[in-house]
Amino acid sequence: MIRRLVHRRAWLPRRVRIAVALVCGALALLGLAGPGTQGSEGAAATKLDAAEGPVGSSTGAPPDQGLVREGRRLFVDNCSSCHGQFARGIPDRGPSLYGAGAQSADFYLRTGRMPLPEPEAQPSRKEPVLTEGQIRALVAYVATLGGPPIPEVDIAEGDIAQGQSLFAENCSACHQILARGGIVTRGVVPDLLGEVTPLDVAEAVDIGPYVMPTFPWLSDEQVNSIARYVEYADDPIDAGGWGIGHLGPIPEGMVTWLLALSALILATRLIGERTAP
Amino acid sequence: MLRGSVRWIDERLGLGPTLRTAMRYVFPDHWSFMLGEIALYAFIVLVGTGVFMTFYYVPTDAVTTYRGAYEPLAGLIASENFISTVRLSFDVPGGLLMRQTHHWAANVFIVAIIVHLARVVYTGAFRKPREINYFIGVSMLGLGLFDAFTGYMLPDDLLSGMGLIIAYAVGLGIPLVGEDLMFLAFDGPFPGSDALWNRLEVTHVLLVPMILAALIGLHLWIIARQHHTQFSSGSDEEARAKSEKQLVGSPMWPAYALRSLGLMGLVVGFLFLLGGLVQINPVWLWGPYEPYLASNGAQPDWYLGWLIGALRLMPAFEPQIGDLTVVPNAFWGGALFPVVVFAVFYLLPVIDKRFFGDGRKHNVLDRPRDNPRRTAFLTAFFFWIWLTFVAGATDQVFLRMRIPYEAQVWFFRFVAVLGPFAVYFIVRRWAEELRERDVHPLRGWNGRLVRRDPVMGGFVTLDGGQDGAVVPEEDVAAHEPDVAGSREERATAAPPGPDGA
Ligand code: HEC
Ligand code: HEC
Repeated sequence: MIRRLVHRRAWLPRRVRIAVALVCGALALLGLAGPGTQGSEGAAATKLDAAEGPVGSSTGAPPDQGLVREGRRLFVDNCSSCHGQFARGIPDRGPSLYGAGAQSADFYLRTGRMPLPEPEAQPSRKEPVLTEGQIRALVAYVATLGGPPIPEVDIAEGDIAQGQSLFAENCSACHQILARGGIVTRGVVPDLLGEVTPLDVAEAVDIGPYVMPTFPWLSDEQVNSIARYVEYADDPIDAGGWGIGHLGPIPEGMVTWLLALSALILATRLIGERTAP
Repeated sequence: MLRGSVRWIDERLGLGPTLRTAMRYVFPDHWSFMLGEIALYAFIVLVGTGVFMTFYYVPTDAVTTYRGAYEPLAGLIASENFISTVRLSFDVPGGLLMRQTHHWAANVFIVAIIVHLARVVYTGAFRKPREINYFIGVSMLGLGLFDAFTGYMLPDDLLSGMGLIIAYAVGLGIPLVGEDLMFLAFDGPFPGSDALWNRLEVTHVLLVPMILAALIGLHLWIIARQHHTQFSSGSDEEARAKSEKQLVGSPMWPAYALRSLGLMGLVVGFLFLLGGLVQINPVWLWGPYEPYLASNGAQPDWYLGWLIGALRLMPAFEPQIGDLTVVPNAFWGGALFPVVVFAVFYLLPVIDKRFFGDGRKHNVLDRPRDNPRRTAFLTAFFFWIWLTFVAGATDQVFLRMRIPYEAQVWFFRFVAVLGPFAVYFIVRRWAEELRERDVHPLRGWNGRLVRRDPVMGGFVTLDGGQDGAVVPEEDVAAHEPDVAGSREERATAAPPGPDGA
């Protein structure tokens, strides 16, 4: 937590909480969302410090010195313009990476968020510009600055029903209940479909990228369930037929107006008038 | 056979003359008169599928466990009204088909009423002597919207729960009485007591449908009593005067009844097709509602989207006296806006008489172009509603097209204020132009007849018309064989006699 307080300029936890509140307000239209969408339930769940998570290879094992040196070189070339020559951060450009950990580096690099094109932009998922090998090297370097390791996630251990209710409590206010994304007051919330892997979910929950908060109260088991649910939401059971995007009423209204109404008007047009003898 | 059954009934109930008159009732021959019937048949489907669902739906938020066929929710503990809806969808044979058909039928019911209403207002069918039936129609639209809303609430899923809390907040915003009113309706502060669910169900399945059924009966009875309106058989005054007095069209039997039954078959079949093939409101994917849950992008059904749009567009305006907020913001968009819209519809006969027409009786309809100012006014009004409706989707527009939200809201505010005036002038000009030239944009003939020269290969103009000239009907008919099939026959077909085909 201290790491975040020190290094994150604008998105301090309190701000984050305000952002969430604003978001939910905007969502439920003019702040009618009612009390605490932030899952007062979830807070009661097992409290688990991120630092106590499973110890991944990148900090547990002695770092491969060659890899780290390679990472250090790549860092100076690609990242130092914002994060500083020694990863101590540059005000108004990029935060310090001390304490960010392998987890954060892995997430930001694998999802193509870093290197950021400009400091003010909202980081978003892109095709990574760095190769897998380069990413491994950079992760190894950032890991030497301390911080949480890459977490482990096993969706086979997760439960969809539990995942759905945890997702509804913690995530759907921003990500939409089927993870289709949405907007919040300070940015765009991405959908969690397609390329988003269970590992991305586990990392994001711990890191809280951009305006997303962190969820220290979620246990590993609960994170497994959420990740499993996110996988399920990608292609859920459409018992009713064509799923029309899983967005709810907007596509349903379009089907009503464009498909149903035009078909029925065409029908009346065809049978509604007697043709000339 | 038919004669036989009429006699059978007549000998027992003495209804022969009534039935015989009904059989000879004349319907006008224009497709737009069937739009209301779509709503009627959708209503029948709603009642049929709805009765089926009442056998399985349990109106209580007492907690229960789901143990059914839908794996992902196995073991879910949630309110009975949600779980019984999931059970209806997965564990009752045919249940999901019924649920989805019901929901699509509700959508089609509302949309059909809206286009029927558009037909009625654009052609001036609401004028004297038909104001009463017009009021009944507008009331049915209002009741239909209300009933659709209550139905949307019943499954108690994430989206409907968010709809309920918005409705509650809008209700609280009603000055002075809001709080007590909502307290009364919900039987306590949000989320209300368990009694709410009984109330919602009875309102949805019994109270409003009964009123609707009664109003539909009254609506049809009044139509039969007053007879239909119709379009004039020609554009000159003489034809108009004749059409005022003499109804031209198809009799109930053996013509119109079959046509209408055909439409019924189509509507019912189409709704079940939609219900079977296109998923609507998959509550098992939304999950159950709890007051502390929310989903981004949650929307009410489209027919209430205009209220969401209005909530978004209304600037933050809350009159205050000291510390007391007299009118909370939600009131303007959520409550005042629909009241204004419905007030305009209810007052339309008065507005029309004062500004666009006269106080005389009218059996003959105006074509939209015949009264450019009315047409322009209505289009501007519909545009205004449509715009707020579209504004209800601003967040999705932002998400999919990255047009900034705030910018959109300001754009919509701007257009909502100035747009209707622009629409008014454009449409008025357009209608005047059409009236003057008497061309029909959608049907009939306003092209040129040509013949391909078999020797030279070029085209020879047959009617010799210049640009924009109206081709005399006889000429066109005479040349028909040359362009077989390229032209609608109906434009020249003589109006059928009152005895029908
Ligand atoms: C254009 C400036 C810029 C460049 C270049 C850049 N970053 Fe960043 N980086 C940022 C900003 C701004 C943030 C904070 C974003 C956020 O909070 O989501 C950030 C965040 C991070 C984080 C997360 C920090 C945390 O506390 O969790 C990591 C890890 C990171 N960057 C690594 C890198 C690496 C590795 C590179 C080089 C490949 C790089 N960045 C290049 C601007 C930059
Ligand atoms: C305050 C709103 C908010 C909440 C609550 C929230 N997120 Fe996010 N989430 C975001 C935003 C905004 C981003 C994009 C961050 C960025 O641009 O780097 C994001 C990104 C993500 C990503 C990365 C997506 C990608 O395309 O790389 C994942 C995975 C994710 N969130 C999962 C979750 C889960 C799981 C939860 C619930 C435990 C959750 N989020 C709760 C706002 C939120």
